[in-house]
Amino acid sequence: MELGPHILLALLESAVSTAVLALTAIGLALVFGIMRVVNVAHGEFFMLGAVLAWWITDQLTAFSPAVGFAVALVLSPLLVGAIAYASDRIVINRVDYDPERTIVATVGLLYIFQQISLMTFGPDARPVEPPFNTRLAIPWLEITEQGWAVYWPWGLSITSYKLAVIAISIVLLIGVWLVLSKTRYGLIMRATQQDKDIAQAFGIRIERVYGLVFAAGGALAAMGAVLIVPIQQAHYLMGGDPLLLSFIVVILGGLGSLSGTLVAAAIIGLSNGMIAVFFSPTLAKILATLLVALVLIWRPAGLFTRSSR
Amino acid sequence: MSMDRSVLFNIGLLLALLLVVLALPEYHQGNFARIMVLACFACAYNISFGYTGLLSLGHAMFFSAGLYGVGLTVQLLEFPSEIGFLFGIVCGLVLAVAVGLLALRTTGVSFMIVTLMFSQAFFLTVLLFGEFTRGDEGFVISQDKRTFLGIDLSSDDTRLIVSWVLISLCVLGCQVVVRSRLGKVLVAIRENEERTQMLGFNVFRAKLSALAISGAMAALAGGAYSLLFGYVGATFASVQYSIFPLLWVLLGGTGTLIGPLIGTALMFYLIDISSEFTTAYMLVAGIVLVLLTLYVPEGIVGTIRRRLAPWIQ
Amino acid sequence: MPLLEAHGLIKSFGGLRATDTVDLAVEPGTVHALIGPNGAGKSTLVNLLSGRILPDAGRIVLQGQDISKAPAYRRVQMGIAYTFQITSVFPNMTIEANVELAAMARHKARDAMAQAVDHALETVGLSDRRQQLAGDLAYGHQRLLEIALGIVQKPSLLILDEPTQGLGDAEVQWFVDLLKSLRSETTLLLIEHNMDVVMAVADTITVLQFGRVLASGDPESIQSNAAVQSAYLGG
Repeated sequence: MELGPHILLALLESAVSTAVLALTAIGLALVFGIMRVVNVAHGEFFMLGAVLAWWITDQLTAFSPAVGFAVALVLSPLLVGAIAYASDRIVINRVDYDPERTIVATVGLLYIFQQISLMTFGPDARPVEPPFNTRLAIPWLEITEQGWAVYWPWGLSITSYKLAVIAISIVLLIGVWLVLSKTRYGLIMRATQQDKDIAQAFGIRIERVYGLVFAAGGALAAMGAVLIVPIQQAHYLMGGDPLLLSFIVVILGGLGSLSGTLVAAAIIGLSNGMIAVFFSPTLAKILATLLVALVLIWRPAGLFTRSSR
Repeated sequence: MSMDRSVLFNIGLLLALLLVVLALPEYHQGNFARIMVLACFACAYNISFGYTGLLSLGHAMFFSAGLYGVGLTVQLLEFPSEIGFLFGIVCGLVLAVAVGLLALRTTGVSFMIVTLMFSQAFFLTVLLFGEFTRGDEGFVISQDKRTFLGIDLSSDDTRLIVSWVLISLCVLGCQVVVRSRLGKVLVAIRENEERTQMLGFNVFRAKLSALAISGAMAALAGGAYSLLFGYVGATFASVQYSIFPLLWVLLGGTGTLIGPLIGTALMFYLIDISSEFTTAYMLVAGIVLVLLTLYVPEGIVGTIRRRLAPWIQ
Repeated sequence: MPLLEAHGLIKSFGGLRATDTVDLAVEPGTVHALIGPNGAGKSTLVNLLSGRILPDAGRIVLQGQDISKAPAYRRVQMGIAYTFQITSVFPNMTIEANVELAAMARHKARDAMAQAVDHALETVGLSDRRQQLAGDLAYGHQRLLEIALGIVQKPSLLILDEPTQGLGDAEVQWFVDLLKSLRSETTLLLIEHNMDVVMAVADTITVLQFGRVLASGDPESIQSNAAVQSAYLGG
């Protein structure tokens, strides 16, 4: 393939993982922004979402793949949200949301979820059949003796499902934004974020808000995972990468800033994909981790926020 | 160091440990050789986390700096093991100072994430240079290269004694640090950093010293591990080996001299026993971590100290 | 020569000038009080002097030496001791260990250190509570411990940030006597709300308002100063 079509293909493929990354990272950013705690087990909510999606579709093989997938897309995030809610009630609430102890406790949760998944569903990678999967060829332009001409390079194609992942992610992200900016729930969350003591004085039940925010964070990660699992397969160790990338995105975007997180997700997702295609995925990750460390040291408010706090 | 109750207590415990491990069956002697070397790593972590309050999530890089610093020079460059060992410790020291100069500009959660990221970059670098490091698979240090000052480190008996000597040096070495002027400043920083600074102490330099000592000691443990057990692999640079020392120290007792050893031994056996029943043996680590955070934040020795014996250091 | 001088100190937070071109001279061997309504910029000024924050512009000179860029811990080593407005001790250590730690930064020799510790504890009247945990002390005693942490360093300037805040009347009287007795040992820079305390101990008073120096002088001239009366005492 020529360079032009090759870059377009890499961009499209990166856009799919970027969309999923944005969903996952928004979940982490929401939890950090409102509860001021870092959830190290966030990647495991992603993993649980994927593995549960496989399990649900596996129970529903009598129906068409589309039915199974649709059920998984609703049920898996709900289940993961419930697990996250329970984690908040049973563990994080009890360490009083102390930032450092929460990290240590969620490291513990990370291993608990990961290992329970291993014990319950086994060590194999599990595929999920996409609900639809038409291959769509993509045209490209070339200069011939007659001038510009459209042609269909061999290998330049994408599946309808991958395009759907991008579209669904965008719809979900708009949904999150609407909930946060236009509804009473969003108002309550923002009030809690601004000043939890004053929010409490106005009768907001902080503990309940925290539990629901934690559940929402987990559910968002799970949604991203359900969307990706027909492309990537579900595996008990798959939580590491989304955790690392979400971390990077949330930190570069400015801890707790949702718009910054989205910009960072776009930049990191696309550049990570491109570097991984054209250079080495390991090198891409080394650069990203070092960048995060240096940003935290010199620009703790993030790269994409206008003024430092 | 004056020979008071606390020093005698530690020496007594270490001697008792020697007697016990000598009497153990062979399988458990093998376990304890590993436990004692890993406990040196835990002691190192305790200097920065337990006594200074620096919660690092990146100590795997210091341990593996020693592991690879020794392993690569001895196996690939054919350095004598003594030189390689010193080189490994220097690697850990230099890395700790470099990381400290940057990471210590942050505190709390940011410090945790920055150290985690640096350690992750180190781990990925080990994988990137897989040509030399053999990545996850790792490499073996051949037996003929594992003599140290004329002692064959590959025999089971010497291994046991050498690891006991190492843990004894680390525990007593930590006691020297803790009782020094620096050690008092470190505890003061843990208790109230702002106040310590406003008493005229250079807090940044003290924290950097703590991290340097901790990094060098972690590298010593890593270097010793590579020579004693003859294996070097990327697993030791992974996040898991940054979480382990945290777990060992939390379990045994943060800011206690003997706690890290007790925590390491208990955790080693918990995992060893559970791995007989399930491949998901890390489940135990997760559960212990959560339970400790919730119910026993001071760890075993810390709780004993508070309830029964306040003189324990 | 003044012990401590500030020239044209400026510090802004956001758009607000918390310290606006402040000049200040603290003469050795005096008690210099800093007063002003809430939000007048007293705490910011003291934080600038002690080095906890750095000024946007201006110079700070200690005994002829420019210390404007020196970090806080260096200034403490050079003789500026600081006691916190909100009590800040080591709660898990004994009183003795607290004071020893403070002495350690200043004194290297063991004997000199022990002597300084004894003297400091005696001065504030905590000698008989040495082995008590600092966290278990009553509030008034914690304030005394704060002051002991300052005295034990044998500072040339001791900055006391609202030492009598939150104390009862009897305790305040005790503090006034303590402050008077400290005059022979060191120079005091006192930030204080309680005007009775200020009038009882201060040699010089500087009044701040909106981050600027409104007036400076001996207690009588400040009391009779019309601007001060309308801005502060009268209001």
